[in-house]
Amino acid sequence: MEFLKKYPKLFQWLFLLIVFFALCFAIDVPETYKFIRGQAEFVKDPNQSTFVFLGKEVRYYAFDVFWRLPPLLGWLPIWINDSLFFLMNDWMPMEFWNEDTQEYKTRPLVLQITRNLTAFMTFLIELIREILLGGLETIVAFTSWDWIDANPWAELPGLPWTIVAAGSAILAYKLGGRGLAIFAGLAMTYISIFGQWKPSMQTLSFILVAAPLSFIFGLSLGIAAFKSKRVEKALYPILLVMQTMPQYAVLVPALVLFGVGDHAAVIITMIVAVPPMILLTLLGLRAVPPEVIEAGRMSGCNNWQLMFKVLIPTARRDILIGVNQVIMVCFSMAVISAFIGAKGLGFNLLLALNQLNIGLALEAGLCISLIAILLDKMSLAWANKQVDYFGNLNFFQRNKNSLFFGLIMIVGIVLAYFGSIYFKDGYNYLFEVPHNKGISTADFWNKGVDWIFDTFFVYIKAFNTWLIVEVLQPMRALYLRMPAIATLVLVVGAGYLIGGTRSALVVCGLTLFIALSPWWDRALVTTYMATFGVIVSCIIGFTVGTLCFQNKHSTKFMLNVCDIFQTFPSFVYLIPVMMLFGITDTSVLIAVIVYATIPATRYTIEGLRSVPSGLHDAATMSGVTKFQRLFKIEFPLAFPHMMLGLNQTIVFALFMVIIGAFIGTEDLGQYILKALSDKKGAGIGLTLGICVAFIGLIFDNLIRTWVDKRKKHLGID
Amino acid sequence: MSEPVIKCESVYKIFGENAETMLKEANGNVDAKTFQENGCIVGVNNASFEVSKGEMLVVMGLSGSGKSTLLRCISRLTDATGGKIFIEGQDLLNLNNKELIDLRRNKMGMVFQSFALLPHKTVVENIAFPLQIKGINTGESINKAMDMVKLVGLDGRENYFPRELSGGQQQRVGIARSLAVEPDIWFLDEPFSALDPLIRKEMQDEFLRLQEKLQKTIMFITHDFDEALKLADRIAIMKDGIIEQLDTPANIVLNPATEYVRKFTEEVPREKVLLIKDVMDSSTTENIGDLKVLRDEIIENVAEKILTQEKTVAVIDNNNNIVGSINPTKIINTVFGGRKNNN
Repeated sequence: MEFLKKYPKLFQWLFLLIVFFALCFAIDVPETYKFIRGQAEFVKDPNQSTFVFLGKEVRYYAFDVFWRLPPLLGWLPIWINDSLFFLMNDWMPMEFWNEDTQEYKTRPLVLQITRNLTAFMTFLIELIREILLGGLETIVAFTSWDWIDANPWAELPGLPWTIVAAGSAILAYKLGGRGLAIFAGLAMTYISIFGQWKPSMQTLSFILVAAPLSFIFGLSLGIAAFKSKRVEKALYPILLVMQTMPQYAVLVPALVLFGVGDHAAVIITMIVAVPPMILLTLLGLRAVPPEVIEAGRMSGCNNWQLMFKVLIPTARRDILIGVNQVIMVCFSMAVISAFIGAKGLGFNLLLALNQLNIGLALEAGLCISLIAILLDKMSLAWANKQVDYFGNLNFFQRNKNSLFFGLIMIVGIVLAYFGSIYFKDGYNYLFEVPHNKGISTADFWNKGVDWIFDTFFVYIKAFNTWLIVEVLQPMRALYLRMPAIATLVLVVGAGYLIGGTRSALVVCGLTLFIALSPWWDRALVTTYMATFGVIVSCIIGFTVGTLCFQNKHSTKFMLNVCDIFQTFPSFVYLIPVMMLFGITDTSVLIAVIVYATIPATRYTIEGLRSVPSGLHDAATMSGVTKFQRLFKIEFPLAFPHMMLGLNQTIVFALFMVIIGAFIGTEDLGQYILKALSDKKGAGIGLTLGICVAFIGLIFDNLIRTWVDKRKKHLGID
Repeated sequence: MSEPVIKCESVYKIFGENAETMLKEANGNVDAKTFQENGCIVGVNNASFEVSKGEMLVVMGLSGSGKSTLLRCISRLTDATGGKIFIEGQDLLNLNNKELIDLRRNKMGMVFQSFALLPHKTVVENIAFPLQIKGINTGESINKAMDMVKLVGLDGRENYFPRELSGGQQQRVGIARSLAVEPDIWFLDEPFSALDPLIRKEMQDEFLRLQEKLQKTIMFITHDFDEALKLADRIAIMKDGIIEQLDTPANIVLNPATEYVRKFTEEVPREKVLLIKDVMDSSTTENIGDLKVLRDEIIENVAEKILTQEKTVAVIDNNNNIVGSINPTKIINTVFGGRKNNN
């Protein structure tokens, strides 16, 4: 009892747990309850009850309210669908001039807007794509098909790969010096020689539209939020949800609004990439010291100059992290948006994964990752570029890069011309190496996979079975065994103990939304997979981070590794695990673990780094051993920052769990994927996405509140 | 006398939501306590003064005394809640945005305590920044900035980034930047407070050298009374937003207006602050010796000479006319007398 009096918080937590378990044992599993698998849920079952809300019929399995809450929000997806449909087809019809038919036509406003947006995006993508690969569409956009037929010479020829490769090397040299140039040249040459040129350029053209647009939008909205409290307040909740919303879930509504293709992919990418950009812009601008702003004012800046010459450059560290995030998201989406018909490497990757052709998938994945790293490094170098005012340069020196590019242009075209003569009847390898004519290592990898399977099949299978039967199944059963009321009590109680009434209310609202949706069971499965992933990731991440922190070089090395891994599009992680474990839950979980370990490791290192060196010295002078210092000084102080890492780990894990639906899981992700091929999937997809986002937000709220309190307690910032 | 460069007429700055209405209701009689009870904080309370051309006014006060706020009102980084401010006869508070920017681009320069350099620009780019903002082309502005680099003695470091410089060097950049547009009015907000004592002294000397050369109209903010005495033509001492006393260093030391001011002056070595003319007798007696001292000499420099005389010493002006006399006992009284703990 003494002990409990000393730690009143501990007593409260114990009480909460006791109540939770008491509820779990008190409420029996209803006899009619079963976890419904797959297609069965789409078939009308005579055992279901129905209720009508706002004219929508909602069907559900009725259980005791304590066991599972009735899906009172079941009407929401239908309502979202109807609203979208109404917006697109019936709302605000207006007269619009139609260029093709030369007459006015009545069209709903939203449809007209989305169609115009679509046309604009398509034009941008086609323009870049045809500069790189050649084609007709751009010229058609300015003239017409008839004109093209009449003038068969009118066609953008496209650039030979030699020019693009050399050009990107020159650009890289100008931005970041020799090292970057060599990397750029090698990466581009690799892509070409291995026959991935066309899909790579398609992906690149998609990125070159999506990334700058996301950057501009994110920056402008960030500035708007910085300037006006009202804009910020309006944006903030949307940003929070969008940050934790899985990317799959956005696909479906966008499909309805913008149709299928690269343009829709660009718009979705922007929807996903803009929120982190806004947040980081806002964060950076906020951190600009007031005296720097005053210095700008006193230098006579007008508002425009103050923003673009003083505030944004001073905040550029955070804004650059934003750019990095934008690029990351763009590449991630380049793969995911292949689901809605974006062309390029992503499409090839999905196709190869579908056919279980691991070798091909690996090649495509490698190309995406190479381009992602290259663009990331180039944008970073561009932002850190320094101008030399004092070099007294002549014309040639000043323009050497442009002149050199001009030269390369001529050489490349001449080479391509000779190539067209030399490779008479086949393909012109000096212009473009066709997709199936490059060097391919796919067979090698596939054989490797086969070999691994043949050799280690017994062991892998044994491990797989053990993991599933001994660990995963029981854990999953435990999660599903929780009565809804007990879960609610646990979550709300935790909210109250950590953050008081306010936190409890927020968390309660978020949980209720999921509990009242028709997918509570699925949400539990998602949570169980994420929990497993997070626990393992945290153990690995905290250990690796702590070990690496003991040495300066290994710290730097590990942070670099994290950087590179983070640049890989999330889908790429599925390739090696499918290679080893085939199509099982184990594969998904291992991908989750690998992906989520990145933030866990990074934040551990950064947290330990943030411990002031003065304290470090003070501890050493008090004669502590290395271990004492670690456990008594560094861990307690770094812990709040490490908990933020846990937050990121959870979000990453949730994302990967949802993406894992591609391999096949039985959680919310499975339904989101299903909604993709459903005509009326928009509402379901969006609601499911919100559910996943809310799972993330529940943890986010709890952890953030705790960290803020703890930081205040420790007096850190 | 010509028109003052800076002129303030009962300037108020009050922070809080309904500051303006409260100020109107107070009718010129602002009491910090009642304001605070109503959620308003008084930054500057009824400040009236003038600064004439080429003069250096040092505003001295402890932190929270409103000295920085006063400076920000005069540079209009914040808008004063009440009162009038004139810069060379222009009503500052009635300027529109464009006129204000014009004024800052051509007439004002400011140095900040934390240097406030732009981290992404090199030394020379930082200094050229106000010029480029003005619209001067790159080549010309960089040339001009290089002149300023030399003026503050940073040649050879023009391509360094601020993070690569020491505090003193960073503040030299800040000074050079504020001088780049050749402003008439120079604001300095605790420019040397963040520096080490040795560097601070060096920078003060450097600053006096610059001022001798440039003859700007200066408002200098500091919380260091010694610094104020060393640099100022006149000192304004602030407390709780009110200017307690505004006078020459000598008068502040000799005749502190309030108890608060007197506390500051107690520990001041007077022989280092006062000039002969501050303590001399303006009536000339007959018993004058051969020694003559200049009236603008600091006491410390001539004390030994005077004290070794038995007779009264003649005080002369620059034209060698006798304008008064000084007696060795007067020197002893000034230096050692009148202090609380010596009595």
